[in-house]
Amino acid sequence: MAIKPKPNELLSAINYAPPQKQWMDNPVEFKKGYYCYGAKPKNLEYIGFPNGREWNSADQDWKLVDNWKEIFLEGMENLLKKFRSFRLFMDICVRCGACADKCHFFIGTGDPKNMPVLRAELLRSIYRRYFTVAGKLGKIAGARDLTEDVFKEIWYYYYQCTECRRCSVFCPYGIDQAEITMMGRELINLLGCCTDWISGPLANCYRTGNHLGLQPHTIKSNFDYMLDDLEEHTGVRVEPTFNRKGAEILFVTPSADFFAEPGVFTCMGYLLLFHYLGLDYTWSTYASEGGNFGFFTSNEMMKRLNSKIYAESKRLGVKWILGGECGHMWRVLHQYMDTMNGPADHLEAPVSPFTGTKFENAKSTKMVHISEFTADLIKHGKLKLDKSRNDNLNVTFHDSCNTSRGMGIFEEPRYIINSVCNHFHEMPDSTTRENTFCCGSGSGLNAGEIEELRMLGGLPRANAVKYVKEKHGVNMLSCICAIDRAVLPPLIDYWMPDVGVCGVSELLGNALIMPGEKERENNLRGEPLPGMEEKGEEE
Amino acid sequence: MKISVLLSEKKREIAKTWFDLIVETYPQDTANFLKTQKNRFGNPVGHTISEGIEVVLEELSGEMDFARISKYLDNIIRIRAIQDFTPSQAVGFIFLLKKVIREELFNEIHANHLFDELLVIESKIDQLANISFDMYIACREKIYKLKANELRNRTSRILKMSNMFKEAEVEEKDTAGF
Repeated sequence: MAIKPKPNELLSAINYAPPQKQWMDNPVEFKKGYYCYGAKPKNLEYIGFPNGREWNSADQDWKLVDNWKEIFLEGMENLLKKFRSFRLFMDICVRCGACADKCHFFIGTGDPKNMPVLRAELLRSIYRRYFTVAGKLGKIAGARDLTEDVFKEIWYYYYQCTECRRCSVFCPYGIDQAEITMMGRELINLLGCCTDWISGPLANCYRTGNHLGLQPHTIKSNFDYMLDDLEEHTGVRVEPTFNRKGAEILFVTPSADFFAEPGVFTCMGYLLLFHYLGLDYTWSTYASEGGNFGFFTSNEMMKRLNSKIYAESKRLGVKWILGGECGHMWRVLHQYMDTMNGPADHLEAPVSPFTGTKFENAKSTKMVHISEFTADLIKHGKLKLDKSRNDNLNVTFHDSCNTSRGMGIFEEPRYIINSVCNHFHEMPDSTTRENTFCCGSGSGLNAGEIEELRMLGGLPRANAVKYVKEKHGVNMLSCICAIDRAVLPPLIDYWMPDVGVCGVSELLGNALIMPGEKERENNLRGEPLPGMEEKGEEE
Repeated sequence: MKISVLLSEKKREIAKTWFDLIVETYPQDTANFLKTQKNRFGNPVGHTISEGIEVVLEELSGEMDFARISKYLDNIIRIRAIQDFTPSQAVGFIFLLKKVIREELFNEIHANHLFDELLVIESKIDQLANISFDMYIACREKIYKLKANELRNRTSRILKMSNMFKEAEVEEKDTAGF
């Protein structure tokens, strides 16, 4: 008789299924690679934030001040009074679950507390307990006490949300988890628990105007380096001006475009375009950062950092402002700048000096997006372009959350790409435009210590890129966001190498036929243009 | 009758049971989502797992084309290597296939005295587990490399531009006067 092998013989001791408990009964477990380092006290002190101290987010003891709970609850009460939307979002969720599977962090990590509904519930349970009558019933009413562990749980998951707003697209009530996360982070900041990755740029930006703390002479020398490269590739010496009073236009872009690859190639694209046009514009070494990490911290900090843009435009006496490719920078400019630091009565409603187009949408903010500006130029036939210079590229386009869901820029970048490239392929509809998937590293989450979280958060985006790579041979992922340009390369490298990342203006710079240019052999990266490969080798 | 034939015939059932066991390594709410969301772009984890295990089953009952198996297995491991799993949990889903085969095909194996072949199949599964472990380590190494590269890339250009790198250069001597 054959010996009957027991099916579970080998596996009897192995049980991978996690315990099934209600979410409140599952205390938070800090997983390495999923949480950031804590803020250093010197950075918080510099921006006047309270309760800075030496602390480590990996430690059991966070060294919270004795009355931390009072501070948190008082802060929450203030926010509930100040922002009606916050109270509304705390009250109206019916837990229909429409948002549950829309978050890239839930899709990637598989952690149920990353479902937007549950992430909001982390804070809602506190709201119910302390600000509603029913909350006195406790758990039955979905309420719970605010304890140190609960605070840590909120901290852990509110830094696993990129404020991308994809969930809000699907919410029948329009509950905006991004705003709930913003409120949660405001409360976190009252207790000095900002992350190191966010607080460092905050302090630098407040002091020098940009995230890295680049001083004017450093910015200038960075540009010289870029201009040398441009001259080598095009034979044209571009000579931008800095802090020039009386220029017609002030140009503001994220500082990453000055110093980090592949952002610098996008910056070269801007430089070529403005030189080509003979645009009367200036860079500013003070308004040298379009990015605004205040947006990821508190509305007050966002306002303080943003104020330099209008202030600098006033000091320099420009007519209007042009803005480079960035995501959250544009969310702040488009949705908050006007009411936070406006009205900008010292400026004029923007009009393109080359096409006469009045940018009606920017009549109030006085600030125009580079893609709108460029698309308008192309539409009016103002640019001589050689599309074939990008023929080695099969391009797709990633809609950045902030420019797509935040301000509805869908067509302009696509129009530019189609005007400067012969090979463009869209990713699937459910992953583009208002349905776009986040890069997984926005809202101050592009820190190196959370690489695992970022790779998982970016999985749905990477998965769609992989699809078009396999289907159409896509080898270039274009975008109009500086954080995307910084974080998509490692994301792509992990999930499917051999796809590059670029800004749309870089593609434009490649195709733009500059007056007086030499025979172009290289693209802006110094790589041979299509058909010029052998020439490069001969040399 | 051979197990490889049975595997082909019952591929759908075996794949489904194996898939269910794998997704049950996730919390219940997540498992429900992984099972029910059919859009491959809305559910890349579920899609990758189901696509991968189908290929593994095909190859297990066929040619055992390691290049093909590796490609699809890597897709799954790449995800689990950075999700919240221990190394053994990340790759251990391979062994769940033994459980599935023993349960699903036991009656046929017993009736047709196919235990010799079962041993062969199970050895192949052990091989899969071995290569999965290699893949897991490669993924972890990749993550560490990315961390190191990011740190370097963030600062290298600016250091270069600020002339803070002093690279070895051959000094050009002025020999005109000699």
